[in-house]
Amino acid sequence: MSELIQELLDGQHRALARVITKIENRQPGYRELVKQLHEHTGNADVIGITGSPGSGKSTLVDKLAATYRDQGLTVGVIAIDPSSPFTGGAVLGDRIRMASNIGDMDVFFRSMSARGTLGGLSTATTDAVKALDAFGKDKIIIETVGAGQNEIDIVKTAETVLVLVPPGSGDDVQMLKAGILEIGDIFVVNKADLDGSDRTVQELREMLDYRDGRVPGTVGHHGATEMDVSVDGNSDSGGWEPQIVETVAERGEGVDELLATLAEHRQYLDDSGEHEIQQRQRYAEEIRTLIREDVNELLTEELEAQGGLDAFVTQVIDRETDPYSVSDRVVEPLAECMDQLKD
Amino acid sequence: MGIDQEQRQIRCLVAKVGLDGHDRGAHVISRAFRDAGFEVIYSGLHRAPEEIVQATVQEDVDVLGISILSGAHDTLVPEIIDGLEEYGAFEDTLILVGGIIPDDDKTELLELGVSRVFGPGASMDEMIEYVRENTSERE
Repeated sequence: MSELIQELLDGQHRALARVITKIENRQPGYRELVKQLHEHTGNADVIGITGSPGSGKSTLVDKLAATYRDQGLTVGVIAIDPSSPFTGGAVLGDRIRMASNIGDMDVFFRSMSARGTLGGLSTATTDAVKALDAFGKDKIIIETVGAGQNEIDIVKTAETVLVLVPPGSGDDVQMLKAGILEIGDIFVVNKADLDGSDRTVQELREMLDYRDGRVPGTVGHHGATEMDVSVDGNSDSGGWEPQIVETVAERGEGVDELLATLAEHRQYLDDSGEHEIQQRQRYAEEIRTLIREDVNELLTEELEAQGGLDAFVTQVIDRETDPYSVSDRVVEPLAECMDQLKD
Repeated sequence: MGIDQEQRQIRCLVAKVGLDGHDRGAHVISRAFRDAGFEVIYSGLHRAPEEIVQATVQEDVDVLGISILSGAHDTLVPEIIDGLEEYGAFEDTLILVGGIIPDDDKTELLELGVSRVFGPGASMDEMIEYVRENTSERE
């Protein structure tokens, strides 16, 4: 085992930080590190938090972390901010809100930027979660702006997904329709002391009742319909009914209730067998992504070897060949190799 | 772009320590660093030295830029450096100090392990260039 991983397992913060850096940078040898981490993972609860900018995610994460610490649990946080597609630079500001955990090294907070790669970020996040998990963190929180598919993919790597909704604007709730409404296990109406929060809760409830176009409260959405699960607030259905919790994160109001709901969801996952299904799906997705990317890399090399993309594009424009034929040509060597291996 | 393509990026922590509410400079530098393609973590105002240590270690930054205009640099900076040493993060972090620092204190800070002190009038390009030249490939 590498020295760095040994140090990480021994609880050295510096080693944990360095492993995450190597993962983020895709530094040579990072795959070996992640491989070694795997057998030490599987003990942490992973919570994903998303929501529009300014909905209070960072403040809520801070309060959640502090409350978990009061319970004697250790916490890891990964906060993701967008980066400039032009310079690659980023200002990562989520750390500013971590006021309740000053100097407490048992809250490990790490800011990450999107670094402009599609798919790459969710892989890096998954791997960073592994590092925190192997380090021994009890709770891991992934925080991201719910702005795009990439971010939604990231929170989906969590076991429980929290969606934050600021009150007062029906438009915000409308925005949630696209994609985010389906992934939330718990909806948090934060800043619940502001005007309009009652209405937001009501609108949210209506939309949740009719999500997936189903009749409210009769059919489970996670395929666990045949199991008889009795979880508080979810007894009338086989699946998990998304819960709505109101908080005022800045003052810590509603945080205890949110924690209870989180625990409830976690209990539901275990009791219903949903956790195992989730886990299988997650690893399947991870393997698929890795294979896709690895093969992609091989083929990018092959493409270069055959003269590069630009040359092919020119030929396509000149009608000398077409995109399908180009793809056939580039993939052919790989297919041939596989045929030979079969014999 | 392949998943394994190395994507190394310079990470900086821009830190405000102690009772000093002037952060215009820190903001300007954060933006300049961002536009130079760095990843910048801004600490926010009124941070304790231990918070800066915590952030530097956890974020594994290449550069720690401490902005102090209150005159308390001779107590705050050593505290931060001690903390970094405790976690083994002193050696490979480039420590910069910006603000109003008298010449005598400047020498002292440099002896403690600060790489460079940037006073009023320092140019942004100079700073960015300095960071680029002095953040080595780390193991």
